[in-house]
Amino acid sequence: MIHRECGIYKTSYQADMALYPLPIAKWTVAAFAVLLIVVAPIVLDEYYLSILNLIVIASVGAIGLNILVGYTGQISIGHAAFMSVGAYTAANLAVRFDMPFWISLPAGGLMAAAIGAIVGIPSLRIKGLYLAIATLAAQLIIEWTINHVPWISGGVQASIEVPRPSLFGISLDTQRELYFFLMFFAVLAVVGALNLVRSRVGRAFVAIRDQDIAAEIMGINIFRYKLLAFAISSFYAGVTGVLYTYYLGIANYEQFQLVVSIDYLAMIIIGGLGSILGSIFGAIFITLLPIAIRWFMEGFGYLLFTQAELMNIVPHMRLVLFGALIIVFLVLEPEGLNRLWQNVRNYFRVWPFAY
Amino acid sequence: MSARTVSTEELELSLRGISKHFGGVRAVADVSIDVRRGEIMSVIGPNGAGKTSVLNMVSGFYHPDTGTISLKGADITNEKPSEIARLGVARTFQNIALFKGLSVLDNLMLGRHVRMKAGVLSSILYWGPAQREEVEHRRWVESLIDFLKLQDLRKQPAGALAYGLQKRVELGRALALDPSLLLLDEPMAGMNQEEKEDMARYVLDVNEEWGTTVVLIEHDMGVVMDISDRIAVLDRGEKIAEGNADEVRANPAVIQAYLGAGEQSAEAAHG
Repeated sequence: MIHRECGIYKTSYQADMALYPLPIAKWTVAAFAVLLIVVAPIVLDEYYLSILNLIVIASVGAIGLNILVGYTGQISIGHAAFMSVGAYTAANLAVRFDMPFWISLPAGGLMAAAIGAIVGIPSLRIKGLYLAIATLAAQLIIEWTINHVPWISGGVQASIEVPRPSLFGISLDTQRELYFFLMFFAVLAVVGALNLVRSRVGRAFVAIRDQDIAAEIMGINIFRYKLLAFAISSFYAGVTGVLYTYYLGIANYEQFQLVVSIDYLAMIIIGGLGSILGSIFGAIFITLLPIAIRWFMEGFGYLLFTQAELMNIVPHMRLVLFGALIIVFLVLEPEGLNRLWQNVRNYFRVWPFAY
Repeated sequence: MSARTVSTEELELSLRGISKHFGGVRAVADVSIDVRRGEIMSVIGPNGAGKTSVLNMVSGFYHPDTGTISLKGADITNEKPSEIARLGVARTFQNIALFKGLSVLDNLMLGRHVRMKAGVLSSILYWGPAQREEVEHRRWVESLIDFLKLQDLRKQPAGALAYGLQKRVELGRALALDPSLLLLDEPMAGMNQEEKEDMARYVLDVNEEWGTTVVLIEHDMGVVMDISDRIAVLDRGEKIAEGNADEVRANPAVIQAYLGAGEQSAEAAHG
């Protein structure tokens, strides 16, 4: 029975601490799961599934970055570089040693986690903008290293073609097959992050964000937990890089440049800092934005511009709108799409009453 | 009341000749204070006397230039704050330092941090050991919520509470650590009379029922004189007096420090 809460009927702390304490929330999540796992792959064709795949991949990265930025209050402008670490680790393992994805994927994540933890070391001493610049340096160093060391990057183009992942001898070639592959890891990533942020380690992260001195006095080893946040976050980034590499069929450093780091920061800012659901909203929004702009310009652009102008405008339109939207969000809803969703939810929770 | 045991031999905390300089400023100079197990020891003194600096050194936030600090006989002079918390020292802050983004419940659960074990992997897996641990500690924290009468505020974000309640939650967070030594830095600052009485009652209850040793910094002399077993007085980084309320009240050096002259009645120290 789907109903709204009209009292507290929980009889155990377990029930009170459940991820979705309300029946209506449980049913909603179940409905979405069926929609995404059963209905979507049947209804959608390859093109739409490929877009959905991009969203699924971006969600994993955004959640990872949110653990670091939104929950722990540290900042990283080097996340695209951590993704490239994961991507090239997996690509090298897959190509040189013929490793299957279930080895190369965690290996890529772990390698990124190790590099991320090293980059996180300055976070003990520096905060905010200074840390941002330190991670920016990491982004550039890693980018340069991958680009200039052929042993890692695999040659002149700094790109490595990887075979499609295969499961029980079946190669996952179509977008539909890839969709299930990517979705499986995305679900693991979401559930893992939800669990992390509601338990001991996640609480410690938030404590460091809110009051680092008090957190330390309460017995949290700041250094350890900051590095842990960097490592976990970079693990997610590394896995994102591996998933993206399998999606594209090629590891290429151009997919992991500075602008990608900024894109991911935009995702979590627009989606909502310190929220797993917000990370997913942000990933959907930022992934769909350029596609929506292109659709719109292709459909209605002729009303304003000539065909030749359109060719010029469409790629730049994305950047302009992107910047404008971030400003609009920072001004109107600094807490992001997640807050919008919560406002809507809280409104209907007591509807038709005001409170 | 029966659980209250002030042992004269056993020292919970012992500061021996600690000094601390910040550049040219002498914050604490050669201060020795012994805190007996199970007592309420107050540290008073005019502004800038070095009270908070002493507390910061005990909790390991910074380390003394000279001298030693020992907890239950073990040297903790140069331990990290997180390690000192693990040894059972909890504190509150002069300016409220709650985790504003966390609920009251999570603030208290965070106080249990050093008593819990779940690492990254078991936290991510959650169902199993981590959940059992959460439930077990939740039960513990719920009894604390009952003690501090925070039942209806459990799920409220700590930052949204009124000032007096935030102070109470902060006391709760320190108590959640189940400390043997509780350091309170002006727990009654900015409170009205009723809130002060409540807070004093909580401090006394904790001391009497749990046997927790308390070191209290407070400017409200009425409260200090009423609930302290012993009082140490600091002035300009030096300890100028120590003893029970009556001894301190009658001490000429204390009157000198507070009033600047030797003639006034000691009763004036009642602020």
